[in-house]
Amino acid sequence: MVNTPDELQPGERGRIIEVSGEDAITVRLMEMGLTDGEEIELIGRAPLGDPLEFAIRGYRLSLRTEEARRISIERLQ
Amino acid sequence: MLLRYDPSFCQPRYSGCPTLSVAGFRIGDARLTPAYIASHMPAVETPVKTGLRKVALIGNPNTGKSTLFNALTGMQARIGNFPGVTVEKKVGRIQFDNRTVELIDLPGTYSLSPRTLDEMVSVDVLLGRQRDVGDVDAVVCIVDASNLERNLYLVSQVLDLGLPTILVLNMWDVAQARHVSIDVEGLRQKLNLPVIVCEAHRRMGINEIRSAIVHCDTLVAPLRPKPFPAEFYQECSNLTARLRGLGEKHNAFYLIERLLLDVGGQVETTLVEKHGETISGTLADIRGRLKESGFRIPLAEAKSRYAWAREVLTGLVSVPERRVRTRSDRIDGVLTHRFAGLGVFALLMFIVFQAIFTWAAPVMDLIETGQSMVADLVASRIPPGPLRSLINDGVVAGVGGVLVFVPQIALLFFFIAILEDCGYMARAAFVMDKLMKRIGLSGKSFVPLMSSFACAIPGVMATRVIENRRDRMVTILIAPLMSCSARLPVYVLMTAAFVPPVVYSVPFLTAATADWETPLGISLKGIVLFAMVSLGAAISIPVAWLLKKTFFKGETPPFVMELPSYKWPSVRIVAARVYDRVRAFVVRAGTLIFATTVLIWAASYFPGDHSRQHELEASIEPLQASVDLAQERLDRLQDDEVTATDSPDEEPGNRVAEAEAFLAESKARLGLVADELNRTNGELLAGSVLGRAGHFIEPAVRPLGWDWKIGVGVIASFPAREVIVATLGTIYSLGSDVTEDDEGLISQLTSHYRENGIVLAFSVMVFFALCAQCAATLMVIRRETNSWRWPVFTFAYMTALAYLGALLTYQLGMVLLT
Repeated sequence: MVNTPDELQPGERGRIIEVSGEDAITVRLMEMGLTDGEEIELIGRAPLGDPLEFAIRGYRLSLRTEEARRISIERLQ
Repeated sequence: MLLRYDPSFCQPRYSGCPTLSVAGFRIGDARLTPAYIASHMPAVETPVKTGLRKVALIGNPNTGKSTLFNALTGMQARIGNFPGVTVEKKVGRIQFDNRTVELIDLPGTYSLSPRTLDEMVSVDVLLGRQRDVGDVDAVVCIVDASNLERNLYLVSQVLDLGLPTILVLNMWDVAQARHVSIDVEGLRQKLNLPVIVCEAHRRMGINEIRSAIVHCDTLVAPLRPKPFPAEFYQECSNLTARLRGLGEKHNAFYLIERLLLDVGGQVETTLVEKHGETISGTLADIRGRLKESGFRIPLAEAKSRYAWAREVLTGLVSVPERRVRTRSDRIDGVLTHRFAGLGVFALLMFIVFQAIFTWAAPVMDLIETGQSMVADLVASRIPPGPLRSLINDGVVAGVGGVLVFVPQIALLFFFIAILEDCGYMARAAFVMDKLMKRIGLSGKSFVPLMSSFACAIPGVMATRVIENRRDRMVTILIAPLMSCSARLPVYVLMTAAFVPPVVYSVPFLTAATADWETPLGISLKGIVLFAMVSLGAAISIPVAWLLKKTFFKGETPPFVMELPSYKWPSVRIVAARVYDRVRAFVVRAGTLIFATTVLIWAASYFPGDHSRQHELEASIEPLQASVDLAQERLDRLQDDEVTATDSPDEEPGNRVAEAEAFLAESKARLGLVADELNRTNGELLAGSVLGRAGHFIEPAVRPLGWDWKIGVGVIASFPAREVIVATLGTIYSLGSDVTEDDEGLISQLTSHYRENGIVLAFSVMVFFALCAQCAATLMVIRRETNSWRWPVFTFAYMTALAYLGALLTYQLGMVLLT
């Protein structure tokens, strides 16, 4: 089932299928290591609900929900 | 490059070797004739290294790059800006093994794919295209050893530059703690470059790096990683040939790569500007062909480079299999928790704000006391006259006017450095992002803007954390709207003079405190004060929105931010950062602030016949001395009276009365002269350039309800808004040493503007709330944006806003009042 990482629960992981778009934001996301095949885990949310904290390639990255929605993942168990 | 005339190369201790001596001449040196050069240069055709060797330092943010830079160069960096952009240029020197090398610090970055002119600077420096730097001989790339994979992305781009490269694995201790094991020797062999392990904050590995840097001439350029398919490189050479046909000689391989990989990037933009749209067509064709072969630009670069990084690390680095919940994650669990997170954030911000608002005050007072002590010293040495006035009111006031900001800057950066070094700063941005997004900014703008409520100067300087240029510019431009502490005296004076002391009762609270001297309630003065402090912030929201829609248009930058792991802040790093910022302020902005103060002094001093003023000043000194003496005598007599009342042969009572009479007489004489001096000062100010300007603008400020006196006060306070209190004191012949709670000044104002005083008060306060009356802030904006355009713009838009605001307030107020 295809999801986006903002739909994960804290502690849940997914595998990146694709980052959509071809603009500067997509390129930036990919430069930060969000490439297909990588595992991504939701660590938590900011107190006001947005942005989100993820673990990717062994470090912690914050993304806004709207940016996370560009990433399609398959939920891992 | 044959000769360089940069004076920085003229320091004799670096000119020991004969080839360097040519650089030892200054422009216009008579010996520097063509014949001399010809006879002293080894060969005219061969480019000669005239200056020092240059090495650039690059790395991801949060890798300890600045710490390494400071450790290597020993804090002796020259700080400036790269010409034409907002990027800070930091150049230091490394001396080791009797060799000297210049180290250039490049901004921290995750990639070398320039999309803007600011981002292009690093590429230009590395490729030797930056004129003010010249050729770079080698590059030091610092990476976080605990997070090698992501860091290798930048490394793969740096290797593509074809420069000799030194790889520094910093944060070795963190990697150890996380059980990341790295085969350093294997990495060295696989990448074919020097790899040095380092813990910059503990000074471990520093000398090894120093040695590698000063001996960089022995290094060879490493092999390019070539992470892309062969078709890509084929197209690169086709494109190179094509560009040569257009007369483009600067065909550095890396630029060709960037030209193809960055759709709409800076390299493409520059070429299109130069050669027109034909380039775009060519590029589109090539990208189309590559896409057909399966290489999708711009997405393919990240995939290929990360694949290369993983390939390099395979077998050399082992990371614990399953991610362990680190201590950092547990801290994050609290600090970004829905309730606890907000609470901790509010508490920390409260402390920071208190520090710059309250704790800095005693030190600032101390500086002001010091300033008046120096002024007294000058007064005791130099007779009254233009020279004394220039030194005290111009020079000493100018130096004091610069130094007085240092406590706030030092304190703010002390806290920012701690928060940054321990990793919380990124979380502060994380916590506040949702709020700041509403006005089109990101969470990173919060701390600079909040600091501006105390003082816009450290606030503007703190915008350096915002890497998006548009966000940073908007934050800088709205920061002076936040109500800084210098606006408070104006509000206090105006509310004290004109707002009636009404206290609205609050149920229960007022009843409970009814028998107090002043029962608690909500005071009207308090409401007015609060409204004034909030006004600027409220106005900044539409201003930010408008700026984002006009000058700083563009797609919303993503909030893609690394959240570094928490660690204990290092004393050394914090101290270095505070020192760095204070020095940058004093050296770069201080001189301009100083100059402005002297200029304003001149405008308020000239023209005018100051002879009577000097006479009075001269005669006031002995009068003051005699008052002091009389007071002292009286005190002594009174003391004697207490201790020796039973002395029979004296009549102390009489002597006390005598002394009292003498004191009263001295005081009266002093008072007469002081009154005349204050009057004279008032008249001189009214007749000066400044006073005439006040008269001149009177027609313009009439609709705001002001007369020329307020006009002079406002003009005089353009360099520093708090000056208005002293100026009004002078104009109302009360002397310039009045304070905002001076009863004389308050009653003068109240009686002078009786009928519509409250409307006038609001008009003045609104003006001060919105106006950019602070030369220091404007000079810091000049420094931070590296252009005169933005301080001028800030001044213009805020003055216009202030005028309109005051006009609206007065006109509406008069309608409401009648």
